[in-house]
Amino acid sequence: MNDRFEIPGRLKNTSLALIAIGVLALIGGIATLLMGHIDVDRARFWAVLLHDSVFFTLITTVSIFVQAAASLAQGGWIVAYRRVPEAIGANVWIFGTIAAVVMFLIVFTFKDANGINTIYEWVTPGKDKILLGKSAFLNKGMFVGFTLVIMGLWAFFGRKFRAMSIAQESAPKNDTKNYWKVFRLSGVFLFVYALSQMSTAPWLWIMSVQPHWYSTLFSWYTFASAFVSGMSLILLWVVYLKNHGNLKLVTIEHMHDLGKFMFAFSIFWTYLWFAQYMLIWYANIPDETVYFKLRQQGPYSVIFYANFIINFCMPILIIMSRPSKRNYFTLTFMAMFIIFGHWLDFFQMIMPGPLKEHWHINWYEIGIFMGFAGILIYAVSNTLTKSSLVPENNLLLKETVVHLS
Amino acid sequence: MAIKKFAVAAYDDEEVLFPAVKKVRKSGYKIHDIYTPFAVHGLDEEMGLKGTDLHIAGFIYGLCGTSTAVGFISWIFTSDWPIIYGGKPHFALPAWIPITFELTVLFAAVGMTLTFCYLNQIMPGVKKHVFHPRQSDDLFVMAIELNNHTSEEEAIAFLKATGAKETSIQVAEASWWYGRWDKKEPYELQHAR
Repeated sequence: MNDRFEIPGRLKNTSLALIAIGVLALIGGIATLLMGHIDVDRARFWAVLLHDSVFFTLITTVSIFVQAAASLAQGGWIVAYRRVPEAIGANVWIFGTIAAVVMFLIVFTFKDANGINTIYEWVTPGKDKILLGKSAFLNKGMFVGFTLVIMGLWAFFGRKFRAMSIAQESAPKNDTKNYWKVFRLSGVFLFVYALSQMSTAPWLWIMSVQPHWYSTLFSWYTFASAFVSGMSLILLWVVYLKNHGNLKLVTIEHMHDLGKFMFAFSIFWTYLWFAQYMLIWYANIPDETVYFKLRQQGPYSVIFYANFIINFCMPILIIMSRPSKRNYFTLTFMAMFIIFGHWLDFFQMIMPGPLKEHWHINWYEIGIFMGFAGILIYAVSNTLTKSSLVPENNLLLKETVVHLS
Repeated sequence: MAIKKFAVAAYDDEEVLFPAVKKVRKSGYKIHDIYTPFAVHGLDEEMGLKGTDLHIAGFIYGLCGTSTAVGFISWIFTSDWPIIYGGKPHFALPAWIPITFELTVLFAAVGMTLTFCYLNQIMPGVKKHVFHPRQSDDLFVMAIELNNHTSEEEAIAFLKATGAKETSIQVAEASWWYGRWDKKEPYELQHAR
């Protein structure tokens, strides 16, 4: 069964148009925000780029995590659509490079009129005792080193997993050598992922925009956010490819299981979100409550409550029942809302630090988001054309065909 | 709650059972139930059983648990015995969420267990008629409901033709009852013919 994907003209034009909008927004941003002399506008220019590049890096890396988890658990159900997470994972290097460049530019070039880096305040600690105390971890060398190592490893594993899966196609029938190689590397990747996405990476990239505040749960919470939107991203691609006539092995049973992941991890995200919130609310220590003061009662309260409604109330009410998880419309609808909701979640993690009450969701924010979405669509669809969408020689192909959710 | 007449057929292989079920349904007989020594995949669809609505009941029990918890705690802490704890407001919703969650799970779990038992007519101390002593050992036993208009001989002949190893006509209580075996069902009725 040769299941080749050819990029339809419409998809290609859409992705190019989105990239063009992103480039226009970037040029407009440089002209009006970066070249202007208002500090908040310049901070907004960089903070939005930071928000979108980190968000897209994290949700695409989830695809590598899904492959590794499924390979290590020897799960067969993923094989029917395995090429989709492979294609997304193989393009992590694009977003990783953009994010690293943006973050290094912020760390090394951004300063406001008083010579203070308002996005990563720890770069210019001055005489602040708290920041000086944290400077063993939060300093330029650590930041650059960690970022390069993490992005390098993610990019390597993303491309490696796809390469190994393609290599299996030309291996002899029922050859298990490649299978166990993927199995071993999956374990290595999960170790790397646990030490990056689930601990250090969100501390450095996101939590350090408010370096006086900290939460030990923060990385898990970021991971849950990224995981559920990464699963939604995979689901959107699977639905698109099925509508296009590809991925014939994917049945409603596979969609149902993807829907279960979206539902279950929305609840998991809520659990972590609430665990972080309730402990801070209950202890009521000013050092900690300052985080939620700005978000819940301050200028961000709209986003704070929208975040809760879109990411908890909507999934639990809409995709709890079995028929709605077996319905393409509700799944697609919910997947788009989940990605948007977690984009908002990342927005309210990053923006209150550098921008305080001067936040916008306007032409610049939406334009940059569309630009990143365009890059994602363009790159992933290009990768998908490079090989057959059915991994025919995969040892677990039979499991995926007979899979019942 | 009713004494009914059944034609009972025992098969020794599920490969024979499946075509037999299809034939019985096609000919218009009403299947009372099928008893098997182990869970047979696909038999429920073959018998034409609908999917369960147990999860909807579970959702409703869960909502009852949520409203019980929130209602009861908020009544205690806002009107019955309001005390200020740790500088928090009387209506301190975030602090109640864990208890609300637990009560939701408890109500849903207990409610669904009892509903499951009711739907399947199983409960400690409850008796049901046993059509064949080997139905939980090595035979697949199908019971068909008969009424005044169906002929016993025809039904037996039909079941024999579908490959049944043993057949019998039994008059028995159709549903569950609480108490002793012989209370509702005389011993002779269990093994009539």
